[in-house]
Amino acid sequence: METRKWTFHPCGNYRERYDQELTVFETDFGRLWAVLGLVLLFGAVPFASSPYFIHILNMTGIAAVAAVGLNILVGYTGQISLGHGAFVGVGAYAAAVLATRWNVPFLAAVPAAGLVAAAVGMVFGIPSGRLKGLYLTIATLAGQFIIEYVLVHWESVTQGTMGITVPRAEILGWSIGSDRSFFYAIYLVLAGMIWMAVNLMRTRYGRALVAIRDNDRAAEGMGIPVFPYKLLAFGISSFYAGVAGALWAYYLVSITAEPFNMGLSVEYIAMVIIGGMGNMAGAVFGAVFITGLNEILRFVTEVVMNMGLLSEYGLNIAPLREFTFGLAIVLFILLEPRGLAEVWRIVRSSFRLWPFSY
Amino acid sequence: MDFFLHLLVSGLSIGFLYGLSALGFVMIFKSSSVLNFAHGELLAMGAFLFLALVTWAELPIALAFLLTLAGCFFLGFVIERLFLRPLIGEPLIFVIMLTVGLASMFKGLLLFIWGGNLHTYPDFLPEWIGITLGNISVPPVYTAVLAVGTVFLILFGLFFKFSSQGIYMRSVADNQRAALSLGVHVKRVFALSWAIAALVAGMSGIVLGVINGINVHDLSAIGLKVFPVVILGGLDSIGGAILGGIIIGLLETFTGGYLSPSLKDVVPYIALVVILMVKPYGLFGLKEIERV
Repeated sequence: METRKWTFHPCGNYRERYDQELTVFETDFGRLWAVLGLVLLFGAVPFASSPYFIHILNMTGIAAVAAVGLNILVGYTGQISLGHGAFVGVGAYAAAVLATRWNVPFLAAVPAAGLVAAAVGMVFGIPSGRLKGLYLTIATLAGQFIIEYVLVHWESVTQGTMGITVPRAEILGWSIGSDRSFFYAIYLVLAGMIWMAVNLMRTRYGRALVAIRDNDRAAEGMGIPVFPYKLLAFGISSFYAGVAGALWAYYLVSITAEPFNMGLSVEYIAMVIIGGMGNMAGAVFGAVFITGLNEILRFVTEVVMNMGLLSEYGLNIAPLREFTFGLAIVLFILLEPRGLAEVWRIVRSSFRLWPFSY
Repeated sequence: MDFFLHLLVSGLSIGFLYGLSALGFVMIFKSSSVLNFAHGELLAMGAFLFLALVTWAELPIALAFLLTLAGCFFLGFVIERLFLRPLIGEPLIFVIMLTVGLASMFKGLLLFIWGGNLHTYPDFLPEWIGITLGNISVPPVYTAVLAVGTVFLILFGLFFKFSSQGIYMRSVADNQRAALSLGVHVKRVFALSWAIAALVAGMSGIVLGVINGINVHDLSAIGLKVFPVVILGGLDSIGGAILGGIIIGLLETFTGGYLSPSLKDVVPYIALVVILMVKPYGLFGLKEIERV
């Protein structure tokens, strides 16, 4: 039996076999860090942080699930979608309806909500069979408005503007109501979803999606059925959105259609772009960045309000949030279009190569 | 019958407004193939600039109007220079997202200064330009809009058809690289088209403000209404934008009048999906969409 050789330092890009190209971790160093990170995340973080901070972490985790899904569609398949927020809404409502009407348990409701959202997402992905680029973007925009309308007006199911109150989540008779136990639920799901996404991209399906992004005509010429694969990408990304929405519904207990608007869709796209398109870690970075930015802005406006400055303007968080948010998107696109993931890579390699710059 | 006529007239006028607001959008697409998600905010910028000049600086209306147009022209120029020029040749998603970011920035800025409330201009249109047709009266605002809109429309049609800059714009939109190699100053064309588009947007913003009052949220929602309009008319056709606007306006008012008022806001988008499936290049658009 061949003994496994531990590698801690990569020596260039020399590869002999295809499976070396496909490895998730290039060195065991990365593997070690990943394990350490997971241990810290689950073992230390929930106990070391205040309830408020855990709440922020939970919202970040939910956003990250949705962003990873959107990254599959936007970053890997090259289809711009402005309707992701609505699909999250579909997932949230699906979970809420399943839980209240049919008493579906938490463990079944979350994936079921994902499937419902995937089905809806694939319906709105049908235009991708005929359209590309700009036109597809507009089609998903229309999807956003139509879904929003349905969520508000299909009152027999969604209870209109009243919203739905979701029962407390239970796993095998074990109630998870507190922020801390939800932290475990959300981050276990997130870890599983990232694991799935990373590995999906290493399969023939993932490679086909990347091929479509890079050059769809060449992909078609190589025998990839472009339209089914595009639909598949829509389905997968909406599945992620649906799972995120279901977690959202269970975590926040009561849902209305209001938060699932165009602004949320833009927020998700911003996460993907700011984090780095076509990079799984990037989607998580983006989720952390945007949720963190929101919290910091909320804090800043509160401080400013308490100091009594600007009070005659009736300043509230909305304008400041909106402005900073737009500014962040614009600056990232202009200065670092490959996002935080690229920044992280540069930092890492400058440590590794120190004291040489190359 | 009166109800029908009433709906018809209000549909036509709302539609004409949509078409007018879509003009600047088409302008940008026609010359640089950029979808401008900040179009509603550009309208709002023009409307609020006019508001500031009329109520704060208390300038005469005509002067304020001209200054607003000049200001919007300059604004468009600055936007292009600061934000869009670095993106020439970059992938589409960056350009789209940049305009989304700009929209968010502008909206935040306007909300910060004016808040989310409804503002109105002082009355300045004379009563006599209103028209009364039997039982239906057309308020003076609409006739003024019709006049201003028609003048702008003819001017732009002529501009694109005959002026050298207009022809450059069309050539750049058609094929950037070919236009470059034939000696067209592509950067100048971009700058000019953004400036003109912002000018048109400012004008439509003022018009909308006169009719419905000015509110940041409403005006930026108009920026999203523009999509069904221009898709129906064809993304790069000025006449198409007007016709598309009128069709969408009629569709909206008749749905609101006969079916349900709440369906009114979503029906343009349903129409949008249908159009995209059936005739993606719209009524007058160039058939250049690639089928997959």
